[in-house]
Amino acid sequence: MNGEDSSFSRAMRVVVPVVVGLVFLGIWEAFVRIGDVPPFVLPAPSRIWESFILNFGSLMASLWVTLRVTLAAFLLAAVGGIGLAILFSQSRRIEMALFPYAVVLQVTPVVAIAPLVLIWVGYDRIELALLILAWIVAFFPILSNTTLGLRSADHNLRDLFRLYGASRWQILTELQLPSALPYILAGMKISGGLALIGAVVAEFVAGSGTGTGLAWRIVEAGYRLDIPRMFAALFLLSALGISIFFCLTWVEHLLLRRWHESAVRREF
Amino acid sequence: MTSADASTRPPLLTLSGVAKTYGGGTVALAGVDATIRQGDFISLVGPSGCGKSTLLRIVAGLIGPSGGDVCWHTADGARPADIGFVFQDATLMPWASVLDNVFLPLKLRGMAREKAQPQLMEALERVGLADFSGAFPRELSGGMKMRVSLARALVTEPPVLLMDEPFAALDEFTREKLDDDLLQLWSSLRWTVIFVTHSIYESVYLSERVLVMGARPGRVLGEVGIEAPYPRGPAFRRSHGYVDYCAVVSTALREGAAP
Repeated sequence: MNGEDSSFSRAMRVVVPVVVGLVFLGIWEAFVRIGDVPPFVLPAPSRIWESFILNFGSLMASLWVTLRVTLAAFLLAAVGGIGLAILFSQSRRIEMALFPYAVVLQVTPVVAIAPLVLIWVGYDRIELALLILAWIVAFFPILSNTTLGLRSADHNLRDLFRLYGASRWQILTELQLPSALPYILAGMKISGGLALIGAVVAEFVAGSGTGTGLAWRIVEAGYRLDIPRMFAALFLLSALGISIFFCLTWVEHLLLRRWHESAVRREF
Repeated sequence: MTSADASTRPPLLTLSGVAKTYGGGTVALAGVDATIRQGDFISLVGPSGCGKSTLLRIVAGLIGPSGGDVCWHTADGARPADIGFVFQDATLMPWASVLDNVFLPLKLRGMAREKAQPQLMEALERVGLADFSGAFPRELSGGMKMRVSLARALVTEPPVLLMDEPFAALDEFTREKLDDDLLQLWSSLRWTVIFVTHSIYESVYLSERVLVMGARPGRVLGEVGIEAPYPRGPAFRRSHGYVDYCAVVSTALREGAAP
């Protein structure tokens, strides 16, 4: 494949979905206008845009709250997940003792834990409660992926390190962590999305009078049957999720492009 | 250099009754005796399952024998700290450049990169890869990866080089080329080489002595001295002597395999 072709196909990869999106919005707009659908059932895209501009200040403030909770939960999940996985890799006994509880935390639905966490942390520190709940959801994929990655270092390389008298620390930093990097990044990509889901679900459960994030804007708009605003908040949430995903994909590409099969661009 | 002077070399390693039984009760080795002298090029040849890799790993100290003795004739009786090991796969770190891969043994000893630089370039030049120091393993061919692996094993200038079917996965041409390069390096640097292979031809071409091993249980069936002078080249591959030695090793293998 020559350069011109590949840059053309790369451009098409952006152009095609955008055109599909625009056509979809056009059909939506036409359907609502021609069919005279009331806005509280299905608002036209133009109406949603108007609502977005009208409520720009409050929506942005809410976006900031959700973004803050999501990012903080994600970062803490990454630090905690990688840290605990490293601890597990150093001691099989600690892993045996703690891993089942990490699974318990993972399989218990966050919606079910939320009321308890909210009571313990207190409604006056709602953002901390949201952070804890989002963290619980985001933490496990990074932990399990990193644990798997640290264990999957090539055993011949491990023998080689032993042969050269490498210390545990050297084996960890020079062999296990680099081997685990693709796994860690895959876990982070899952966790990035889950942190957002966790933050939104937690906010729903936290309920009235407390929420200021995007999830609460959606609930509030629902109560008032302000469907255009509901859609505007919904789109912002999707945009946030997509941005997180693309950021992490980009980081993955930067870190792995020279050596890992998953990130290497192939010539066909 | 001929094999004639080999018997006068000081001993490096004596194996007496080395046995290995794995946890499940599998007897990988049932009492192996051998003496390896300084500067020897010795091959272990045998079918898969004859315990030749296990023996190499015991010599390296990666696993312990379940019986018998591995006795190093060094000042402190211990395995030399410097030991080169080449696996069947190149076993390179895919995330590190060629230079960083070769740097590994020195880095693990705490040597600074700048200080190691001349040694690294020398090691790469030896295997003909000086121009590829910045490349990543996935950008190299199988033969080139093996050369990097060899450069890494040689960078510490170890007195002993252990090779576990190093060229088995390569094509015939690349393998012959690497065999020749290995012999040339061995002639100039004079380390001891223990070379595991399942190819009779390769063992005869390379080594001064061939230890023929049999399977179930793994044991030494016999030893064949290859009394051909070095340097060996394409002419040796075509000589009657070479064919005869191959036949002797082959016969030893077959007789051992018969119950």
